[in-house]
Amino acid sequence: MPALLQIARRPGGGFALFAVTVICLVAIAAPLIAPYGPNAIAPAKRLMDPSFQHLLGTDHLGRDILSRLIYGSRVALGVALSVIAISLIAGVTLGIAAALSPRAVDFSIVGIFDIVTAFPSMILALALVAVLGPGLGNVVLLVSIVFIPHFGRVARAQTVALRNSPFIEAERVLGAERWRVILHHVTPNIIGPIFVLACMDIPVVITIEAGLSFLGLGVRPPLASWGSLLNDGYTYLEQSIWLATFSGLALILATLGFALLGEAMRDTLDPKLRKHL
Amino acid sequence: MTALALSLKNAIIRYGRMTAVDGLSLELRPGETLGLVGESGCGKTSVARAIAGLQPLSSGELAIGGEALGGSPAARRRDLQRKVQLLFQDPASSLSPRLTVGALMAEPLKIRRTYSAESWARIAALAESIGLGKQLLPRYPHQLSGGQARRVALVRAIAAEPSIIVADEPTAGLDISVQGELLNLLRSLRDRLQLSYLFISHNLNVVGRVTDRVAIMYLGQIVESGSTRQLFSTPAHPYTRALLSSNLTVDTQRRGDRIVLKGELPSPHEPPTGCRFHGRCPVARAVCATTQPRLETLSDGRAVACHFPSETGFVQAMTG
Repeated sequence: MPALLQIARRPGGGFALFAVTVICLVAIAAPLIAPYGPNAIAPAKRLMDPSFQHLLGTDHLGRDILSRLIYGSRVALGVALSVIAISLIAGVTLGIAAALSPRAVDFSIVGIFDIVTAFPSMILALALVAVLGPGLGNVVLLVSIVFIPHFGRVARAQTVALRNSPFIEAERVLGAERWRVILHHVTPNIIGPIFVLACMDIPVVITIEAGLSFLGLGVRPPLASWGSLLNDGYTYLEQSIWLATFSGLALILATLGFALLGEAMRDTLDPKLRKHL
Repeated sequence: MTALALSLKNAIIRYGRMTAVDGLSLELRPGETLGLVGESGCGKTSVARAIAGLQPLSSGELAIGGEALGGSPAARRRDLQRKVQLLFQDPASSLSPRLTVGALMAEPLKIRRTYSAESWARIAALAESIGLGKQLLPRYPHQLSGGQARRVALVRAIAAEPSIIVADEPTAGLDISVQGELLNLLRSLRDRLQLSYLFISHNLNVVGRVTDRVAIMYLGQIVESGSTRQLFSTPAHPYTRALLSSNLTVDTQRRGDRIVLKGELPSPHEPPTGCRFHGRCPVARAVCATTQPRLETLSDGRAVACHFPSETGFVQAMTG
């Protein structure tokens, strides 16, 4: 896999690949590797320090922190990947449609993108969740809306740059229908930078989910998310620092890993460097 | 009489307030090669794009195989338009960068939904016969030479089963030997597949060699058209004469007659009054600045848009 090797050679690329792989494996294999059930309460062992029995200690209900963090990775990845998938598909569709539509349609779509982008993503997500009510489903849906313009704008800009290029015109001269040009010639040529953007947005989504869960608007207890764990840890910070520390570290590892992976991908996919692929 | 392969009547093409092509008419007969010649910026490429369906006409009428496009329903229009294939000026950039040569050549068949083992075999055989062997099929456009890219574009055009091929500067950027090969190839394809060519170029050596008839364009209009032989031996319009005299030649006797035009091509934003060429014309008189000459057919069958077209009038003005 020369592409992966290229990524690994970038600064931070090796670490990024390692961190992302570990997080994905942990999320997939959670039931196999977690030493305890994530919601197994043991009132006798509240707020314990790390030990051989509980490698990262226990929380205020005696639940194993390591197990809860391991299960928390599923929430983080699940939310991030579904949000990115939804907003990428919707954004790219809208972006291409805007670029190829009459001016009035284009302006309206771009206008909506601008309005959504005008708000800081965290604040907008917070406001929307506050209106529609907490819960993981709502979080995924509403954060997706916040991220649609990210992909929409890049897709639109790329399509505008592409729509009058000779090879697109050549397809039209051959008599290709619109959908064929879009699916076979526009999309493959704009999707590279969009995948990079998606990778760089994953940590942002993870942070927003954590933030919302921290504020009690995301996952419902007893489900563990890194954000809600951070909140629990923060509440009992004076009795035990371990929960806050480790859930914060998990968050840092994930965001750093995905962000560096995105940057390494961007560098690797740069057209000037692509020849070596 | 068989229908014209293509006819363009009174075509006007505007970009915003600029008129790039102003009332241009062309006729292309089946099996012939028509050259369209003019300086850069005279509107040649706009004409090519309009004929290929990439540039809507602001007014005028385009008919393909005798059938007008204007009145046809959309589906029929697409079928008719497919009969015209365009060879782009820069063939490498007209090939989708993420498709292999094989996929690029299969594309026209897939677009027309005629892709099958047999139809592909025909195209592959055609490609093979013009030097695009199997080893090229998995390559990407950026791995091709200029001549190869041009031939891939040509195979794609042929695969669409056109009756007309518009070639926009098909020899630009090729060295002389490759140019010669390409021109021979175009000619043999024309005879084999009964194609008509609209051959757009400013290279007069090439135009003189391959075309049957020539139309000379100046600032969005045709100033002279006729058979290539007539036009090259006895040009009637002073612009044609100047163009021909500027052509590099090894004939030292003719070198001395070079006519150097004054000034530059005027802006099509503000075309000159009267005859568009009068400001640069060596034989211009008062009437040229006020009255636009019409394209009139002379006794020998050619058409000229000039108040003083005859050879004698021209020579008189030059010497007297």
